[in-house]
Amino acid sequence: MKYTLKKFVSMIVTLVVVSLCVFLAFNVLPGDPAVRMLGLEASPELIAQTREQMGLNDPFLVRYFRWFIAFVQGDFGTSYSYSVPVAGLVANKIPITLTMGLMAFVITVLISIPLGIVTAKYENGILDRIINVSNQIVMAIPPFFSGILITFVFGLILRIFTPGGFVSYTEDMGRFVRYLFFPSLAVALPKISMTVKMLRGSLIDEAAKDYTRTAYSRGNNTNGVLYRHVLKNAMIPVITFLGMALADMVAGSIVIEQVFSIPGISRILLTSISNRDYPVVEAIIMGIAVIVIVVNFLVDVIYRIVDPRIGIE
Amino acid sequence: MAKYVIKRNIKDNPYLVAGLVITGLVLLLTIVGVFWTPYEPTAMNASQKLKGISLSHPMGTDNMGRDVLSRVMYGSRITLLIAMGTVFIGATAGTVIGAVTGYFGGMMDEVVMRIIDALFAFPSILLALVIVSVFGTGWVQLLVSLGIAFVPSFARIVRGEVLRCKNMDYVANARLQGVSDLRMIFVHILPNIKGVMASAILIGFNNAVLAEAGLSYLGVGSQPPYASLGKMLSDAQQYMFTNPSYVLCPGIVIVLMVLGFSFLGEGISRWK
Repeated sequence: MKYTLKKFVSMIVTLVVVSLCVFLAFNVLPGDPAVRMLGLEASPELIAQTREQMGLNDPFLVRYFRWFIAFVQGDFGTSYSYSVPVAGLVANKIPITLTMGLMAFVITVLISIPLGIVTAKYENGILDRIINVSNQIVMAIPPFFSGILITFVFGLILRIFTPGGFVSYTEDMGRFVRYLFFPSLAVALPKISMTVKMLRGSLIDEAAKDYTRTAYSRGNNTNGVLYRHVLKNAMIPVITFLGMALADMVAGSIVIEQVFSIPGISRILLTSISNRDYPVVEAIIMGIAVIVIVVNFLVDVIYRIVDPRIGIE
Repeated sequence: MAKYVIKRNIKDNPYLVAGLVITGLVLLLTIVGVFWTPYEPTAMNASQKLKGISLSHPMGTDNMGRDVLSRVMYGSRITLLIAMGTVFIGATAGTVIGAVTGYFGGMMDEVVMRIIDALFAFPSILLALVIVSVFGTGWVQLLVSLGIAFVPSFARIVRGEVLRCKNMDYVANARLQGVSDLRMIFVHILPNIKGVMASAILIGFNNAVLAEAGLSYLGVGSQPPYASLGKMLSDAQQYMFTNPSYVLCPGIVIVLMVLGFSFLGEGISRWK
């Protein structure tokens, strides 16, 4: 319990640090928001009045807290270029990106863990060598390039899916998930290779330890030792890695959405960046940051359940 | 214990051989590109649009009739330079931050490492996008933002190593001799962690190439008419069916660039 509490406090601290950085980056560094809203030709009186109205004359911390509280309540401000609340602009796009990230995560876990076990079990065998070399190659392919290759092979030649034929989740959940499969695969591929490599190394390290020999001497066969003893310990570093990979995969989805022309947050994020539409960029970045930080907290908690030794110091 | 020499034979290390060959090829292509390209990378030729692989255009031509090989030779230079600059910024700042916080510890260590941890948990592509959105697009902004995004990983690695080393006997010995703190960090401790640094730099370099390619693909990197490899891919994507070589060639060069260095890293780690 004490451990969970400690991690929870640390999560809150991280959230505050990140939100402070985001606030600084978008509300302080780029200059006066009042001038940005009104344009450079606006009269000094009007600017002063607007500054007063927007509360820009208040001390920094007061402004930060006002911004933070509004954010927690779901008020992300108004988009400069569309003049509508940011929440409405982003709300129906986040589920798409999030689904993609989660699907990529599930694909990674489902493929990499069996492969990792096989490579470690038959260490230096033919299968192990083939998988090791292909791991190196897959890790060298940028996800957007594998996305392009997947579109080419599965979309244009084999015609398993229609590139650009995205169906929204509000229309047809099944087709939505089916369309997202190949993009998610493109996001997942490099992570699969890294996880396999990591699990393999971790399993081989654990298998060299004394408790493995003890387990054998107590009459377990290879599978018994592997699944009952070694795998549990070998999974610990892999879980940490997968937690971080999940965050990366949500972010990686942004690039892949462009490849497969999926109307997730990617397009609005990129147009907002080039239009300097800060409230939109800010909301998206903070949204992803919150997801990342909460996921990391959950990983720490799961970690503790898998390995009870961690809480004891 | 008897001192024995391990006989090293480069033929027993296929990873190192493959790494040297691939990296050598990519570097050769890039370095030759500094002095000579078959065509001017920006020269358009309306009669030669979207041609496939041929003797006069070994990688075909793009939608404006520009020679893809010449553009790849130019683009790989941009990609390599940005990746090198990114690793340089990240490794230098990360080493200083990690070494100083790890060595001195205390309150400053707590505060700085909390911030570094928060940044580390944050995907580097997003961090770079934040910086680009505040300072605008262009290769300088891209370089700086990627550099900053790469600081946390180096800082954490160096800090961990410094923490491990600072209680070792040789540090205590040097301290007895009256070595100052700064000299201790930079002259005594850092040279002892160069092995760890070398592998971190190789991995960082690969990640930098991939991140640069991804961000350029999104269009926030170097601007036309000169293009890095990632930007070329995003331009090429819509012509995938009419002229596959236009997409495949720049993509394969990125893959070879990363693959060469990761084989080198793997080879070096098996060398010992």
